[in-house]
Amino acid sequence: MPTFGNGRRVAIVAGVRTPFARSGTALKNISAIDLGRAAVAELVQRSSLVGASVDLLVLGTVVQSVIAPNIAREVALLPHFPKTLQAYTVGRACASANQAITDVADQIALGHARVGIAGGAESLSQVPILHSRGMTDVLVAASKAKSLSQRASTLARVRLKDFVPITPAIAEPSTGETMGQSADTMAKLNGITREAQDRFALRSHQRAAAGTDDGRLTAEIVPVPVPPAYQESMTTDNGIRRESTYEQLAALKPVFDRRYGTVTAGNASPLTDGGAAVLLMAEDYAKVMGYTPLAYIRSYAYAAVDPAEQLLQAPVLAVPIALARAGLTLRDIDLVEMHEAFAAQVLSNLHGLASSTWAVRAGLSAPVGEVDPERLNVMGGSLSIGHPFGATGARVVTTLCNELARRGQQFGMLTVCAAGGLGHAMIVERT
Amino acid sequence: MTAPHDVVTVLMEDLATGLSLTVEHGVAIVSYDQPGSPVNTLNSRVGPVFEQIFARIASDASIVAAVIVSAKSDSWIAGADIDELRGITRAEDATVLSQGGQRLLDRLAALPKPVVAAIHGAALGGGLEVALACHYRVASMHAKTVLALPEVQLGLIPGSGGTQRLPQTVGLQTALDMILTGKNIRAKKALQIGLVHELVHPAILRRVAVQRAGELARGTASIRERTRPAAERLLEDNALGRRMVFKQARATVRKKTRGQYPAPLAAIAVIERGYADGAAAGQQAESEQFGELAVSPVSRQLVSIFFATTALKKDRGVPEGVEATVRGVHKIGVLGAGFMGAGIASVAVQSGTLVRFKDASVERTTAGWRSVRDVLRERLTRKQITRLQMDDMLSLIGATTDYSGFANADIVIEAVFEDLAVKQQVLREVEAIAPRAIFASNTSTIPIGDIASASTRPEQVVGMHFFSPVHKMPLLEVIVTPRTSADTTATVVQYGKQIGKTVIVVQDGPGFYVNRILAPYLNESGILLDDGASIELVDEALVAFGFPVGPIMLLDEVGLDIAGKSGPIMAAAFGTRMQPSHTLRRVVESGRLGRKARHGFYRYNDEGRRTGADDGIYALTPAGTSRRSFTRETIQQRTVLPMLNEAVRCLEEGVIRSARDGDIGAIFGIGFPPFLGGPFRYLDTLGADMVLQQLDALNAQFPGRFEAAALLRQHASQQRRFHP
Repeated sequence: MPTFGNGRRVAIVAGVRTPFARSGTALKNISAIDLGRAAVAELVQRSSLVGASVDLLVLGTVVQSVIAPNIAREVALLPHFPKTLQAYTVGRACASANQAITDVADQIALGHARVGIAGGAESLSQVPILHSRGMTDVLVAASKAKSLSQRASTLARVRLKDFVPITPAIAEPSTGETMGQSADTMAKLNGITREAQDRFALRSHQRAAAGTDDGRLTAEIVPVPVPPAYQESMTTDNGIRRESTYEQLAALKPVFDRRYGTVTAGNASPLTDGGAAVLLMAEDYAKVMGYTPLAYIRSYAYAAVDPAEQLLQAPVLAVPIALARAGLTLRDIDLVEMHEAFAAQVLSNLHGLASSTWAVRAGLSAPVGEVDPERLNVMGGSLSIGHPFGATGARVVTTLCNELARRGQQFGMLTVCAAGGLGHAMIVERT
Repeated sequence: MTAPHDVVTVLMEDLATGLSLTVEHGVAIVSYDQPGSPVNTLNSRVGPVFEQIFARIASDASIVAAVIVSAKSDSWIAGADIDELRGITRAEDATVLSQGGQRLLDRLAALPKPVVAAIHGAALGGGLEVALACHYRVASMHAKTVLALPEVQLGLIPGSGGTQRLPQTVGLQTALDMILTGKNIRAKKALQIGLVHELVHPAILRRVAVQRAGELARGTASIRERTRPAAERLLEDNALGRRMVFKQARATVRKKTRGQYPAPLAAIAVIERGYADGAAAGQQAESEQFGELAVSPVSRQLVSIFFATTALKKDRGVPEGVEATVRGVHKIGVLGAGFMGAGIASVAVQSGTLVRFKDASVERTTAGWRSVRDVLRERLTRKQITRLQMDDMLSLIGATTDYSGFANADIVIEAVFEDLAVKQQVLREVEAIAPRAIFASNTSTIPIGDIASASTRPEQVVGMHFFSPVHKMPLLEVIVTPRTSADTTATVVQYGKQIGKTVIVVQDGPGFYVNRILAPYLNESGILLDDGASIELVDEALVAFGFPVGPIMLLDEVGLDIAGKSGPIMAAAFGTRMQPSHTLRRVVESGRLGRKARHGFYRYNDEGRRTGADDGIYALTPAGTSRRSFTRETIQQRTVLPMLNEAVRCLEEGVIRSARDGDIGAIFGIGFPPFLGGPFRYLDTLGADMVLQQLDALNAQFPGRFEAAALLRQHASQQRRFHP
């Protein structure tokens, strides 16, 4: 029996995403809003959805636009929908799209909605660059100046150093540690070797290349005409390095801890632009409307760890909760999709799931168990496909559900780690 | 809008015309709400009532100022009642009508109290003339607010002082531009050029107008003079400069109208008269010219086209009394992202329809998407749409290489390769995937019935014959078979109107209507080349006749491959009279494709611009390189008469429902000269007996090609007209 909440079961009907592009490449001229619009517009088209039937739209994004912070609302203003479609934007770092999905799922389970769209979008090519503190003070004061001379004298206070802008860093506000440094720390704590990381990264690229070639990954992608010339459409992810060899990966220098570190550009996920969205419906409504859902949400959980310890290890705590809520064990799970921020993080998560120490921390009598490598990330993951922060969660759900349906299998599990020491796990089922 | 404590006094209310006069705090409000009509028009009944109202405003000491408003939701005054004008047969009577309007508006302009026009919605023709006679104009900042003097489009000129007041208001050059083109001026532009003094939100339009009227009366506000650019003052403030402007305007008009439309030249003369001899002389000239133009054949024909298109806007496409349910169209599928498919998508998204856009590869759908974007970008550049609107329109296109997303399509329009088997194949695929969809073929040559023979629901199969380029050509031919249901026809007709097309419904058959009457015309043009006429001679003769381009140039534009394909189909269906020329056959065989390949009857440079006729063609014609001369009349007769004759056959066979549809189809689909009113109006002008004589003579000379239609003989013998 499904145990998701006390209400109606939530169907995952379809998922669509833009191709994922390394930031600064093909999609650099498209804003996060437009990436979100591209994914959502195609989701509506492809699933032959009547826009007016959608009750809410929730999107995640991490690096918010200063001009349009509620990107979900901007996307909801697509002509596909009535202007009355309510929408909001959520933030849970790299699990933002997952937060969007569970928010919509909750609303459906509660009976507040029948149809919802959830997902996320990110442009790491178009991050807002901030003025320095000094420059900000001067500009704010100048905007309040009452006369031209007052404004001129205020502006004259600007010093040369004030011109140095602040670029948002992917660092923890609480510890000051960058995410790469955290991954390096996790590798050290969990004894993850450089070779294990590089081999895992290589596997990710090879499987993503295979998934692209046989059309399993491209099936979830809407081609996006590439500005400014629009001469061609981008149809596949451009971060997949099909030619990479283990030797090449092994030759890369560590980026974060140059002396003892093991995390390199080759075994970390790239900065990425992209958008993704999934269509969720109440099970009964999907049936009435004649939809055949890809899967249903059986359970989900969020958890957190101390960000100063192992920043990206919280999925290890979220998984047992989600499994317990589903009434399942790891052995029941046919397919696992783990977000790959870093190879070191995935391997640490796997290590944690099998460890008695982490079992104790999770309040379990025995470890969750070993994840069968043949069931894990069978088409690669964020290391190769790419990782647009706000969109990844919807990509992982889509990839998992599509593949579960293709294989005709029953249970799937996904995990996503996120900044702040946060983690998410979800169990989906087919029937 | 009226506060509860305001004192409102109703002074007059004329139920017959819908005009009323009320007073609020000393400001008279003239409100117009023509009964039984969605818009306000100016007719002979409102004139005297306006007179009374103006007299009351002038004499009533409690009134200090006035405002003219419309009580219609999105229309101010849409112009003169054209129907009334149509009833006038003598120029003198039309002149008297014009003089009446002039006197009325002179009276308005001369009122000693300020009058403010509060404009929301269309102020067209006589409506704008009323506004121009007011002392101050406030307009609403709204998309529905448009101002224009479109009289030339009906072969007329403004007749109530507009030719004199507009130049005084916006300057000579701007006024000429407006009067000679009849173009719409939107609110923002109207403010820029000084046509209105102020723009406000529609919600406060009336309040602001009343307030401003009061202020003008009390002298607490004054009318700001339009700031005139130095260049304008330099050119327009002296006789020499103005002479240059008029000369230039005449040259432009002559080039555009080729002397076939007298109204623009008359307008220039009338405006010039006003500058030379004063407003009174200008108005006198205006009313005289108006009188002559109103009863001129050109204006009569243009007015008839206006009425025909208006009638078609109300036409459901199914016979009177037949019940038909029109289904709302929210999503269409377009098969084939080529030039036609992209054109169809471009008009569909502009009316807010979702478009599922399918072709064999992403490269092709991307190219199609880009063509749609180009169409929209052009509109953006012309400020007809905003950036946001363009993005929204583009977002409505979802490209695909499979049939995903077709399940909820309301109409699927195929624009795939012109081949029966291919079209039947896609029809079967669509019927399997899209359970509700109407299947519409955009074929130009294949009978719809042949395509429908592969259908499991032939009642939902129609033809939607768009013309290229789709975003510019106003006509849509909807082709029905005997099995097409009334619901399908009515839905497709309604959708055609929604995307801005003038729709005629025609019965299935080779070439349908437009291409069928085009075929003998194009063939005969080719046969003239066979016989030794030169390319330029043929094209020039038909441009002189009034077609926008000559037939040979048209072949190049359409594409010689396409023309070459349809020729034999028409010949197979209709025999001798549709036999393609040797020249066309050989030119097609030579591999020339026309303009798109920059190689056709004409030569083209690398930018695709025409550089002259290609003499190399003549070697391919039976007459060889020696060319001989034909008179224009011979060329025009040999090409146009068989077109008229074929149109009559279409009417006789019931391919078209009426002479009206036949006229509109030819004008909007082929560019048949509008001033001639269409093939059937032209036949009526020439007389069926006269046309029959000429056809018989030609048929004696060239047996088979000019065999007159039975219906034409009948009309000739009974002295009947095609239009009552």
